[in-house]
Amino acid sequence: MTSTRGAIRFLHRGRVRELAAESATRTVLDWLRETEGLTGTKEGCAEGDCGACTVLLGRAEAGAVRYEAVNACIAFLGMLEGRHLVTVEDLAASDGTLTPVQQAMVECHASQCGFCTPGFVMALSALRHASASASARDVEVALQGNLCRCTGYQPIVEAGARMYELTGPPVLPAVEPGELDALEDGATVRVGGFVQPASLDALADILQATPEATIVAGATDVGLWVTKGLRDITPMVHIGRVAALREIDEGPERLRLGAGVSYTQAWPALVRLAPGLDALLARIGGAQVRNAGTIGGNIANGSPIGDMPPPLIALGARLELRSRGEVRELPLEDFFLDYGRQDLAPGEFVTAVTIPRPKPGTHFAVYKISKRRDEDISALCGAFRIDLVDGVVVEARIAFGGMAATPKRAAVAEAAMRGRTWDETVLDAAIAALAMDYAPIDDWRASGAYRSRIAGNLLRRFFAETTEPAMPVRLAHV
Amino acid sequence: MSRTEKIRGGVAEAMAHDSARLHVTGAARYCDDIQAPAGLAHACLGLAEAAHGRIVSLDLAAVKAAPGVLGVLTASDIPGANDISPTGRHDEPVFATGEVLFHGQPLFAVVAETRDAARRAARLAEVEIVPLPAILDLDAARAAGGKLVTAPLTLTLGDVDAAIAAAPRRLAGRMAIGGQDHFYLEGHIALALPGEDGEVAVFSSTQHPSEVQHMVAHVLGLPSNRVTVEVRRMGGAFGGKETQSNLFAAVAALAAVTLDRPVKLRPDRDDDMVATGKRHDMEVDYEVGFDAAGNVLGVEMTFAARCGFSADLSGPVTDRTLFHADNCYHWPAARLTSEPLMTHTVSNTAFRGFGGPQGMLAAERVIEEVAFALGEDPLTIRTRNVYGDAARAVTPYHQRVEDNIAPRLMAALAERADYWARRAALRRANADSAVIKRGLALTPVKFGISFTATHFNQAGALVHVYADGSVRLNHGGTEMGQGLYMKVAQVVAEEFQIDVDRVRITATTTDKVPNTSATAASSGSDLNGMAARNAARAIRDRLTDFAAESHGVARDQVSFLPGRVRVGNAEIAFDELVRQAYMARVQLSATGFYKTPKIHWDRVAGRGRPFYYFSYGAAAAEVAVDTATGEYQVERVDILHDVGRSLNPAIDRGQIEGGFVQGMGWLTTEELWWDDAGRLRTHAPSTYKIPLASDRPRVFNVHLAEDSENREETIYRSKAVGEPPLMLAMSVLHALSDAVASVADYSLCPRLDPPATPERVLAAVDRLREAAR
Repeated sequence: MTSTRGAIRFLHRGRVRELAAESATRTVLDWLRETEGLTGTKEGCAEGDCGACTVLLGRAEAGAVRYEAVNACIAFLGMLEGRHLVTVEDLAASDGTLTPVQQAMVECHASQCGFCTPGFVMALSALRHASASASARDVEVALQGNLCRCTGYQPIVEAGARMYELTGPPVLPAVEPGELDALEDGATVRVGGFVQPASLDALADILQATPEATIVAGATDVGLWVTKGLRDITPMVHIGRVAALREIDEGPERLRLGAGVSYTQAWPALVRLAPGLDALLARIGGAQVRNAGTIGGNIANGSPIGDMPPPLIALGARLELRSRGEVRELPLEDFFLDYGRQDLAPGEFVTAVTIPRPKPGTHFAVYKISKRRDEDISALCGAFRIDLVDGVVVEARIAFGGMAATPKRAAVAEAAMRGRTWDETVLDAAIAALAMDYAPIDDWRASGAYRSRIAGNLLRRFFAETTEPAMPVRLAHV
Repeated sequence: MSRTEKIRGGVAEAMAHDSARLHVTGAARYCDDIQAPAGLAHACLGLAEAAHGRIVSLDLAAVKAAPGVLGVLTASDIPGANDISPTGRHDEPVFATGEVLFHGQPLFAVVAETRDAARRAARLAEVEIVPLPAILDLDAARAAGGKLVTAPLTLTLGDVDAAIAAAPRRLAGRMAIGGQDHFYLEGHIALALPGEDGEVAVFSSTQHPSEVQHMVAHVLGLPSNRVTVEVRRMGGAFGGKETQSNLFAAVAALAAVTLDRPVKLRPDRDDDMVATGKRHDMEVDYEVGFDAAGNVLGVEMTFAARCGFSADLSGPVTDRTLFHADNCYHWPAARLTSEPLMTHTVSNTAFRGFGGPQGMLAAERVIEEVAFALGEDPLTIRTRNVYGDAARAVTPYHQRVEDNIAPRLMAALAERADYWARRAALRRANADSAVIKRGLALTPVKFGISFTATHFNQAGALVHVYADGSVRLNHGGTEMGQGLYMKVAQVVAEEFQIDVDRVRITATTTDKVPNTSATAASSGSDLNGMAARNAARAIRDRLTDFAAESHGVARDQVSFLPGRVRVGNAEIAFDELVRQAYMARVQLSATGFYKTPKIHWDRVAGRGRPFYYFSYGAAAAEVAVDTATGEYQVERVDILHDVGRSLNPAIDRGQIEGGFVQGMGWLTTEELWWDDAGRLRTHAPSTYKIPLASDRPRVFNVHLAEDSENREETIYRSKAVGEPPLMLAMSVLHALSDAVASVADYSLCPRLDPPATPERVLAAVDRLREAAR
């Protein structure tokens, strides 16, 4: 029998905090500002898109404490369990000396109205703490989750370089891993409708007992159900402390990602599996979202515009589901039944996704189209994979997001390609076939007509990249 | 201070923003960070869910009964006027009664113990609205008879009909220009504290504390002397807090007075975006006559503006559109007309540029059309038509352009950016690249400085010198990130010749400096800098008199040196002189006042001098476009911008870079999208996409124009910088257009309308390919 603890425990400002009387859906941001009076962390959007509320969470990983930027506005208090919370108030030395990051921001004139500034300082502090140097591109990637409306960003990016040239107090008040390890007692945390098991078995038991529970991983989507929808999502079961769901298993034949693995954690392994995923991962959310959001969550919530399902489907990924009694597996594409409806029984939950390693002769690419390059939801996301033997397509898997009510394969187009020589004629036939696979809708991200037109053009881009790789057919963002 | 030869933080020094240190430590306090007073309650607005309709019933029983609710407010609870129209037209109620005029219009407010409780309760209202036909866009507005929210304007120069009729070449077209949400990072907020005897104090995130004061008084039925409005800083404003703060302040004050408790109203970002006005989207019908050399002979333009349900600032906004429909170009004959149309959408408002950018875009489209019609490079046509000598210096509003440096800036930038060589290289490269095409454009900016309503061009300041020699500064301008407080403090430091650290900057408040104008129209440092200088000079004059008298020397024997004052042959530390003056009972506090000279405007006649002077700039942008998807990136931008003699080059550079990127957002990825029911569906950053760090130009060379000084006697001969740089971003739109034009071998004008989203760019590519086939 797993023990239960009625308080959330975490490190904050040099001491262990225990919160017992909080509601499950209270956000870290509201707690900081309203209860703690720490108003340096700002609310700009309450949906994880502007980064003004960026705080750092430290977690023990491989004998060190890794500090990651997250959006406090959509992080529930319970998600602080076992972490070290750092806010902008915690950075400068007690005598007021600024950290190199803060000093660089001042010297580069990187704040104007200043409202976004604490968020930028936190995002840059995470980068500075994690690395001894950074390119301009690294800085940009670290800042994809932070909006500034005043500066035009140039001085902030300059501060991202200057901060490596300055010395001063420690970038952040880091703790030793032992201090965080000491907080882990294996107990299930239960506070005001928030339930956080520490093992897979405990999770299965809880979901069996309360199948109506909302499963939360990074809350990058579910957070908005609360902050925008004001929905009651209790009981809320948070899977972030189940070690088995955070495993990354890189086998010779396949990669297995636990459902609780974040984008940030999965990124290197995914790129080793399929280098074409790198450019896509660099355009999913911002650092804050990639640090909190999970690939399992992106699949489990069944969004028609989730960015990971199309490439995973094209790569032939299989989904692993578990309920208390049994484990089952199915091809990822079969999981998505209809808009908002997934093949998931009451009490059942996603445990992992398994992706076979591409073989020699496999060509794979994924292209995302959005209004803004970074930190934008796809108008459409197309993933293409063909296996070529002597110029003949022996296998074709094409999947799109944003083209239907679910992530969906292009069965007709695939059939037009399979067994054929990969040439212009087959390409044209496949493009024409896409019209039978999809009838996309108009919305604020794009018109249906544009989506249809682009879907074909992306297949054409894929053809060009597989047949004439020297010819540039997409923008090089350096 | 020791005998240094230069003060720290005088005029022209690149000082950091006065709050930079507070910004980076999280210690800068915005309205929402003010420590909660005891008994603080929170309000939330209840918004209408119909674009147009008759309110049949508003049942708030469930709202009142919700947990934590303290009270509910509707129009009938308003003791004064249910009106916050800044024009006095009474066309904008606090709470709608009888008829709903846009989706998101406030119907009521609920006040509760917590913000969360108030938000939850607000959603429990039972509202019955019988739908009426809704006019959502410009086509519908015209089809329904073209009702206007305010009087239109026509500017006429010469006989345009004859000029166009006689022109060797003519063409006509239409351009649609999108709107823009301000997306200040700090949303609207007001905190109201009830005082004794009907007084109320309001902390408001506003660019216009005096107007908020007047509106709160108007709504509460009080004289202005009972209401105090204060703002230390805003987290961005951009025009969105000029009139739009009125609603939130009025409701917070109404709730505070009604419940006799402090009340805060901070709408969620979605409510903020839905319920507040934006930049006007417009449609421009243009006709131009020109000759074979590309000289424009006559221009006619009509600007239909989607104003929304009320006038708000649409009158002066659309007037300014016409004032800028020439950009930098001399139209020998012109007729420019505004059509400020009523629609059942949120009432559009001020936004950096204030209608000017739309006019300038239309001017650039006309130039582009002429260039493509003649097969010339657009820069050639721009240069040919730019304002010139006295014979080519009259604007369509009959003001002469006397300070024109546009030709010099354009030539200097073309050279600095190597325009012609890069253009040639890029066209060669395009010929060899099937999918990725590059484009290049150089566009100028001329922007008129002054409020076109002449009476707004006044400002006040209050300066105290304390007996210890420290200085406290207050003025009517507000700080929204633009660095105004620092610039004005530098002016005061310069006047007294003391380090700027000795000048304490204080929050803008209506009980220190009254009857102020909005911090808008780029006028902040021009007006408040002068007012503060006048206040400081009044004190300095008294100190001079005192020093001369007490030391028995002539006045001209007294001079203010860094940190000290020379009196005859003696030098006295500033602090010591102040102490002596205090002991001698010299008044060490003064108000200062300033009004802009020379300006006048006769709107009926369409003639006058609405602008004291013009600010200029030029930008050259290069882009790369994926012609298979419409995706693009901005590869390089070179800017040369005129700020006169800069008060603070670091702050001015920040305004230029920031304005450019904000303008780029407007013209590229920022798309406002309403559905058929009139609901704004791009109401948060998840759906409304302002630029990110990775969208800024890959190479970004920004220079202040050298050897520039204001010909007019502005504060230290500086120039306004808030708005003009926004329009430098026109270069990006035109570079995209240039890249698109490559697919038809530059034979057709792409007519790329903003926002040039990837979808719009691809549509233009496809259209040109089709037409060129």
